[in-house]
Amino acid sequence: MSSDGVNKDRRRFLIATTSVVGGVGAGLATVPFIKSFQPSAKAQAVGAPVEVNIGKLEQGQLLKVQWRGQTIGILRRSPETLENLDSVTAELRDPDSDESDQPEYTSNTYRALEPEFLVVNMHCTHLGCVPQMIPQVGPQPFDENWKGGFYCPCHKSKFDSAGRVYKAVPAPTNLKIPPYSFLDDRTLIIGVNPEGAA
Amino acid sequence: MGKPASGLARQASALMTWVDKRLPVTEFWNAHLAKYYAPKNFNFWYYMGSLALLVLVIQIATGIFLTMHYKPSANEAFASVEYIMRDVEWGWLIRYMHSSGASFFFIVVYLHMFRALLYGSHRKPRELLWVFGMFIYLVLMAEAFLGYVLPWGQMSYWGAQVIINLFGAIPTIGEPLTEWIRGDYFISDATLNRFFALHVIAVPLALLGLVALHLTSLHEVGSNNPDGVEIKEHKDEDGIPVDGIPFHPYYTVKDIFGAAMFLIIFAFVIFFWPEAGGLFLEHDNFIPADPLVTPEHIKPVWYFTPFYAILKAVPDKLMGVLLMGMSVMVLFFVPWLDRSPAKSIRYKGAWYRILLFTFAIAFIRLGMLGMAEGTPAQTWEMRLWTFVYFAFFILLFFFSKGGKTKPVPDRVKH
Repeated sequence: MSSDGVNKDRRRFLIATTSVVGGVGAGLATVPFIKSFQPSAKAQAVGAPVEVNIGKLEQGQLLKVQWRGQTIGILRRSPETLENLDSVTAELRDPDSDESDQPEYTSNTYRALEPEFLVVNMHCTHLGCVPQMIPQVGPQPFDENWKGGFYCPCHKSKFDSAGRVYKAVPAPTNLKIPPYSFLDDRTLIIGVNPEGAA
Repeated sequence: MGKPASGLARQASALMTWVDKRLPVTEFWNAHLAKYYAPKNFNFWYYMGSLALLVLVIQIATGIFLTMHYKPSANEAFASVEYIMRDVEWGWLIRYMHSSGASFFFIVVYLHMFRALLYGSHRKPRELLWVFGMFIYLVLMAEAFLGYVLPWGQMSYWGAQVIINLFGAIPTIGEPLTEWIRGDYFISDATLNRFFALHVIAVPLALLGLVALHLTSLHEVGSNNPDGVEIKEHKDEDGIPVDGIPFHPYYTVKDIFGAAMFLIIFAFVIFFWPEAGGLFLEHDNFIPADPLVTPEHIKPVWYFTPFYAILKAVPDKLMGVLLMGMSVMVLFFVPWLDRSPAKSIRYKGAWYRILLFTFAIAFIRLGMLGMAEGTPAQTWEMRLWTFVYFAFFILLFFFSKGGKTKPVPDRVKH
């Protein structure tokens, strides 16, 4: 075939533009497939608030409920446990919870609306396991001066009884505090901020 | 015999000619088997490639039959696996072949990779061969992880939780990325369903493609051998390597023997020791997944534990994940890290023997520590072996250039 009289510039231009348009089209066509991986409308709708009756919770007892698929722990702390919180401050990575995820209204030593009740997202901030509550004060295999708190079986992260992370463990931040409020003395609602709070 | 070809043989030959004109069957047979020349001195280590192929076939065959009974839904998955084990005729056998097959896949692949380190099979001109092999290894790890989630036991669930959250360590995009992978705000039915799809079709397709690339590249450059010398440099007048023998029948027969030995061991494990004391199937995975309770002692299956130990050794989330990622990725670069004039350990001198031996110990020891409970002393030991693991690659780079070697023979010796 003779290539005389072929306008090579035009041919190159047409090949380049066709390739670009085709490439952009192919790229855009991947969007629906990538987006289909996102949580579906059904999954998003399931995230309703959860009401919890805490009237029967004993001192030292931990109640676990599920909210948006996360395990939320409600721990009723004894006065001794609350006193112990200050004794570990020096060993904590972020004792004042400056870098941790929690609502404004729980920014205090107890990380709670009512000091007695700790409401905490139980998933370890390292890789999402659920730490065990080990309330006993005294030597443990993983810590000789254990003051009570949460211990993650997956990668040995330690948290105190306010969910504050110890130094030199894999978890980077304190356990998260979900938004919550009291409906009355014996009922908590998880997922709803107190009235007036942001 | 000796008589002129019978009518039947003539017809068979005519049929072959007819086919060959339309599909190059004879040409393919010769190029890859009957006239593909491999070094004559292959030893035990050279069984692993063909065994890996055998296990792949076993996994695909058993996997197809498992999908006929398995239900990829959070409510039904665990029960459907038990249904396969108890009610489906021979279901237990097919399931145990598949679950043990996964572990045997890694045994064979680890030995296959170690062979390359022994004899320098990754060295020029086989760098791409090694890189494709590494991609196979990566894809295989993904496939094994996805498959482990499917029975929806406690270890499936919490293993998935940990592995997916590894991506959460990436700054900024980490959290949305984990959500995208899970398809939900937690590990849920959506996660299981997509993992099933990836495990049974997407990843196996990628695996088969990579195996094809691996083999094509192998047959282009030809096999290395325990002496690490190129047989293609000495050819007879017909252009056939003098130290080569046709793959078929010599190595097909050898590999069939290897396959038979392998299947004896494989069958023994399937029949008498399918859980391997919690190594192949972990005890906690016989408890249905419970999002509220993390098992007390969570660990991955044995073939991931060396890397898991490296993750556990680092007291920082992002650094731990990075170091663990690097511990796999660094293997890609071995062909360029090893600069020794000799390929095979036989001619490399004591420095390589010490390095490789220490590396192997570090890998095994990290694997054991990765499964352990994790006392503070063990954490320090993990740090030590993590250091040794990475030191191997650095020292290899520096020692291999000037490290003593023995004279490499011209021709294959033994």
